[in-house]
Amino acid sequence: MSAEIAHAHEHEHARALPPGVRPPVSNHFEDLEQQEETEKLGMWTFLITEVMFFGALFTAYTVYRSLYPEAFMLASSHLDWKLGGFNTLVLIVSSLTMAMSIRAAQTNKRNLMLVNIVLTALLGATFLVVKYFEYKSKYDLHLMPGPTFDVAAFGEWGPQARIFFSIYFAMTGLHAFHMVVGLILMGWVFVKAKQGHFTPQRYIGIEISGLYWHFVDLVWIFLFPMLYLLGAHVHGPAH
Amino acid sequence: MSSTTHTPPGQSREAHASAASEERSTYLTDGYGWKSWLLTVDHKRIAVLYLISISFFFLIGGSFAVLMRLELATPKGDVVDAETYNRLFTMHGIVMIFFFLVPSIPAVLGNFLVPIMIGARDLAFPKINLISWYIYVVGGLITLWIAISGGVDTGWTFYTPYSSTYSNSQVAMTAIGVFITGFSSILTGLNFIVTIHKMRAPGLTWFRLPLFIWAQYATALIMVLATPVLATTIFLLGLERIFRIGIFDPTIGGDPVLFQHLFWFYSHPAVYIMILPGMGVMSELIAAFTKKRVFGYSFVAFSSLAIAILGFMVWGHHMFTTGQSPYASMVFSVLTMLVAVPSAVKVFNWTATLYKGSIEMTTPMLYAVAFIGLFTIGGLTGVFLGIMAVDRHVHDTYFVVAHFHYVMVGSMVMAFLGGLHFWWPKMFGRMYPEALGRFAAIIVFVGFNLTFMPQFIVGFQGMPRRYHVYPEEFGVFNLLSSAGASILGVGYLMPMLYLPWSLKWGKKAGPNPWGAKGLEWTIESPPITHNFHGPVVVDEEAYAYGEIPHAPKFVERPEEESKVVR
Repeated sequence: MSAEIAHAHEHEHARALPPGVRPPVSNHFEDLEQQEETEKLGMWTFLITEVMFFGALFTAYTVYRSLYPEAFMLASSHLDWKLGGFNTLVLIVSSLTMAMSIRAAQTNKRNLMLVNIVLTALLGATFLVVKYFEYKSKYDLHLMPGPTFDVAAFGEWGPQARIFFSIYFAMTGLHAFHMVVGLILMGWVFVKAKQGHFTPQRYIGIEISGLYWHFVDLVWIFLFPMLYLLGAHVHGPAH
Repeated sequence: MSSTTHTPPGQSREAHASAASEERSTYLTDGYGWKSWLLTVDHKRIAVLYLISISFFFLIGGSFAVLMRLELATPKGDVVDAETYNRLFTMHGIVMIFFFLVPSIPAVLGNFLVPIMIGARDLAFPKINLISWYIYVVGGLITLWIAISGGVDTGWTFYTPYSSTYSNSQVAMTAIGVFITGFSSILTGLNFIVTIHKMRAPGLTWFRLPLFIWAQYATALIMVLATPVLATTIFLLGLERIFRIGIFDPTIGGDPVLFQHLFWFYSHPAVYIMILPGMGVMSELIAAFTKKRVFGYSFVAFSSLAIAILGFMVWGHHMFTTGQSPYASMVFSVLTMLVAVPSAVKVFNWTATLYKGSIEMTTPMLYAVAFIGLFTIGGLTGVFLGIMAVDRHVHDTYFVVAHFHYVMVGSMVMAFLGGLHFWWPKMFGRMYPEALGRFAAIIVFVGFNLTFMPQFIVGFQGMPRRYHVYPEEFGVFNLLSSAGASILGVGYLMPMLYLPWSLKWGKKAGPNPWGAKGLEWTIESPPITHNFHGPVVVDEEAYAYGEIPHAPKFVERPEEESKVVR
């Protein structure tokens, strides 16, 4: 098994690597270019599965939204659009810092890259903290679907409002889970960046992590108006 | 990412001694300890792990079927009660679909062959490949635990509100098991798509690919696009079951038909996950045993994609009787009939390939010929069911049961067995006993038809599925069916015995025992860990069976001059 593998690595050895870092090409690839293209396509394919994963929930939302528009508006007015809006801003800025960290990797600015990775992670964490307080207040107000759900609060639309909150918790919960995965990913990216794995020649790891981060961000960009801004806030009940 | 398995020194001495006569190192001799198997990232070893695990689940799913046919042999309920029977058919469906049929050809033959057929050393993501097997095993263990602890009785379709509210069985755990297993199939699909796009050898253009690869590609597309929807559906079902969130429960405002839409959005395409790989195997078998290029190569290739795409637009034909709008049903009905077109293209083209071919009726070819006939019956009865008026009559009867068993068992299992026999010498370097193989193939064919042909008749006469008792007048056909099932069982047990037997006592196989074309037949049997000794360059079409069928045409360039240009 060794001869042809050594051969595959041959022209890679010329590239200077920090001590202790493995040659970047796995031995089932011909060259670095093939490996990077493969990794990138892998991430894009994974994101397609994610689109379908969330897609089913978007379908459920669309069906019930069109069946019970009044109930959805009423229930939506119980969400805090200011917190949701703040979180939207947080995520958009985190996408910016993510993009800047990749740019810093491309231009070989190691410290800038590390700072931006940390900022991205901090913004992600901020999002989750805000989300926690939102969830907590929903739980306290008995708006969490389940045995404690306060059906009476919505008058005749009680059961339908519960469906709204079911979808709200399923979608934002799934999104929050993806944020947690994103934070773990940022931890991995940080360690790798610190070890000097990302160079202007090879920054695929941080690049495809960025793809994931932007995707999760994008899901929220759809969730925010769909769940928080149904038009009821203009005249709906205040908190 | 490292993709080699190293033998822990010392640990494998004994095993080495027994295989001392075998000097050449192969993927099977590259490490003997349990770690070298359970932590392997070699696609061929993972295929073997999958082969062992799906065979195990096939036995489990089969034993549920045995109990069902035993019960149905007589009209009265004398073996099991209604509750138990419900659990039997549910567990049979869940195990056979999620743990046998979906992974069968892709995860076993696909895992083994996709990299070799495209001239690669491994799949694009070897570690993800191993992870997908572990995910499968975890899902499988959960399902086994459910089977032991009482089972689930909702039917494999988990229809709400029965599954979410009323069933007293292990719905939540089953949902978790199926949910987890889905990710195994997503990861396999993802790996195949990326591998087929990026890992092909120089010169191996899309239209030089074996048709098996096209079929695997189409299958992988469905796995990647449809399975996440199942995951979400099951996720919502679990939430409904545990927290009563109301999304599918009509008593608290939800819509159970939405569950059916979401479920069939996965589960109808999943039917094509289960049949497309079998069609890919068929193309290989037919070409190899007629020594001809598959007639209308590009039509067969594109028909796989057409089936994959159309398969996403027909889910509503499962819901003609559940209050769906009749106009929607009409559209679904027309689209359903359209699927028959690419399917028929395949059947006609395989048949046309036989014409003036040099046909050898080996065991794999017997399975292939059986496939053509049984798939035609299974496919055409599918068109019956796609017609709204006919579906009204036969919905939820044994006609439906017979139809999908003709496709799933009569076609997919036949293709799996045919493919397994065909590539067995490549996988393990030994020939199976040919005479016994042919005998088993005939037994399987006879047993299968005796089992399921009577079900078409009782179904059309109105016998509903999923009951453990039935009126006397259906007795004869059910007895025939149960008799056939016992023959079928013997037919399945035979390869399960003689294939392992052949591992030690079978005749040694050369690199190309069938005289077939394709990159996998240019390398040793069994292959070395990295499949090829040097870079592979392909300079001819697939199935280039010329005047001299055995002449090697794939050029393996010497290493010195291998400047691979992409």
